[in-house]
Amino acid sequence: MKIIVSVKRVIDYNVKVRVKSDNSDVDLSNVKMALNPFCEIAVEEAIRLKEAGIASEIVVVSIGPNAVQEQLRTAMALGADRAIHIETESQPEPLNVAKLLAKVMEAEEPGLVILGKQSIDSDNNQVGQMLAALTRRPQGTFASKVTVEGDKALVTREVDGGLRTLSLTLPAIVTTDLRLNEPRYAKLPDIMKAKRKPLELKTPADFGVELKQHILQLKVEAPAQRQAGIKLDSVDALIDKLKNEAKVI
Amino acid sequence: MSILLIAEHDNSTLNPATLSAVTAASQLGGEITMLVVGNACQSVADEAVKVMGISKVLLADSDVYEKGLAENLSALIVELAADYSHIIAAASSTIKDTMPRVAALLDVGQLTEIVAVESVDTFKRPIYAGNAIATVQSRDAVKVITVRTSAFEKAKAEGGNANTEVVDVVFDMGVSRFVSEELVKSGRPELTAASTVISGGRGLGSAENFSLLEKVADKLVAAVGASRAAVDAGFVSNDLQVGQTGKIVAPELYIAVGISGAIQHLAGMKESKVIVAINKDGEAPIFQVADYGLVGDLFEILPELEAKL
Ligand SMILES: Cc1cc2nc3c(=O)[nH]c(=O)nc-3n(C[C@H](O)[C@H](O)[C@H](O)COP(=O)(O)OP(=O)(O)OC[C@H]3O[C@@H](n4cnc5c(N)ncnc54)[C@H](O)[C@@H]3O)c2cc1C
Ligand SMILES: Nc1ncnc2c1ncn2[C@@H]1O[C@H](COP(=O)(O)O)[C@@H](O)[C@H]1O
Repeated sequence: MKIIVSVKRVIDYNVKVRVKSDNSDVDLSNVKMALNPFCEIAVEEAIRLKEAGIASEIVVVSIGPNAVQEQLRTAMALGADRAIHIETESQPEPLNVAKLLAKVMEAEEPGLVILGKQSIDSDNNQVGQMLAALTRRPQGTFASKVTVEGDKALVTREVDGGLRTLSLTLPAIVTTDLRLNEPRYAKLPDIMKAKRKPLELKTPADFGVELKQHILQLKVEAPAQRQAGIKLDSVDALIDKLKNEAKVI
Repeated sequence: MSILLIAEHDNSTLNPATLSAVTAASQLGGEITMLVVGNACQSVADEAVKVMGISKVLLADSDVYEKGLAENLSALIVELAADYSHIIAAASSTIKDTMPRVAALLDVGQLTEIVAVESVDTFKRPIYAGNAIATVQSRDAVKVITVRTSAFEKAKAEGGNANTEVVDVVFDMGVSRFVSEELVKSGRPELTAASTVISGGRGLGSAENFSLLEKVADKLVAAVGASRAAVDAGFVSNDLQVGQTGKIVAPELYIAVGISGAIQHLAGMKESKVIVAINKDGEAPIFQVADYGLVGDLFEILPELEAKL
């Protein structure tokens, strides 16, 4: 079975972004970029399925400017076999990403597609579900456990009240939650080897997909800042403040 | 303008998150139709007709909809979509699973977790774990929207007088099947609805130690939350995680115990009205957002707090 993993290049999760002074966007110049943490988990899950003999090949896909090739190489250093880069000027909206991935699915015929549940920059949480809808395939979102048995995937999902397990008929779309696995680090020899793994360059036009803008970003502002309050020296002082000043207990 | 609002429920009662979505929808102006889809959920529809601001309730009741499988729910919503300019719901896990499918099937974008309504097509939403707030405008004919419930007051649950209409189309896509679930039962208030939340982090050290925090929670009638580190370490179950990728809460009082205050955690609680931090490290970033801080050992502070409350 072939697995497609879709990965996004985003700001490193440790970096606290700043808003540009003209309020047009956040400032990403000279900011450390990385694989979206949920995508790292997606890559790891695919590798484990390959190590378990369930997957035969892992194809990693990313859509965006030239720089995303860095993340594709990282994914290949971790264990993906080959990469597809669909080049666009900037990173397109979720529906466009989903349309492109649907075309990749049509061409590659994977048994499983694994994505992150959410990009930590746009916080959209959309692409996997959109892809499943467009391809009319079942979805297991926010997965904390995935097992493949024959033509079915059993996916345990993190839901508001706890956990829920679904049985999906393959091919299926899975999006990862944090507890699905703990991603490994790439080793230096593997990073060198990844440079020679195949990376195919495509454009949206190659797939006959026209990128559309559904949502305009008019303005980006810094959130209201909280002021640091006061430090108290005893539990009694805390209870007094909560009762008599804040009046919350 | 006409709005279709998807109710959040467990087949027996209406989840109060729905009432926050009603408030967001009311700010758009126009008639609001509430869709109740589930199995044997007449009691939910009976609550829905009384919600202030609702003009009609659609009830789609079938065993196919029992577990809210996204494939089937989204097909139903898309079937009904033609009559509406806006499709809106509280950002619950079911809705996060379902709404992007609705948007894709309608060939429109989705506006995720709005925190303010600026006009019928323009909204505010947090990005980058809440470190920036974007004002976004939809260019699509139909606006598909999920609502961050902590940002909107709840509409009144009583006083309305809507009619119920039965929808009897049933969609069963047949590609996914419910197998089992483990739902956490707790006698405490629900995390996203509670007016007081007390959360524990890695500093608690073990699942057993969480009982120190639970005793304080019982005194305060508070919900219990956790950082991701505490969940990962297996101290508590995943549904308690507060943060960018967990639950978003904005209670009257939030008490963070043994939590350092990573940006991903702050993203889930910094809109709380009053924040208390208890941490032995006086430099921990949580103190930068806390109204009241106590620097000290939680193993001494929690029992004392419990005793004195
Ligand atoms: C993609 C992604 C998403 C994430 N999403 C979330 C999320 O939704 N929610 C979330 O919480 N995190 C999230 N995280 C993790 C986040 O980055 C932090 O790692 C996490 O919040 C740390 O949890 P903590 O504060 O409990 O642990 P730590 O950072 O280890 O802090 C423990 C604190 O306890 C204090 N302490 C220890 N012992 C005591 C004692 N005896 N008395 C008093 N204080 C004590 C220490 O001083 C320290 O400040 C995410 C990370 C990633 C990469
Ligand atoms: N530009 C992109 N290229 C490849 N995959 C993407 C891209 N954008 C989003 N994804 C995938 O979709 C997931 C969810 O993203 P989102 O819906 O934007 O929050 C990510 O974790 C990726 O797996």
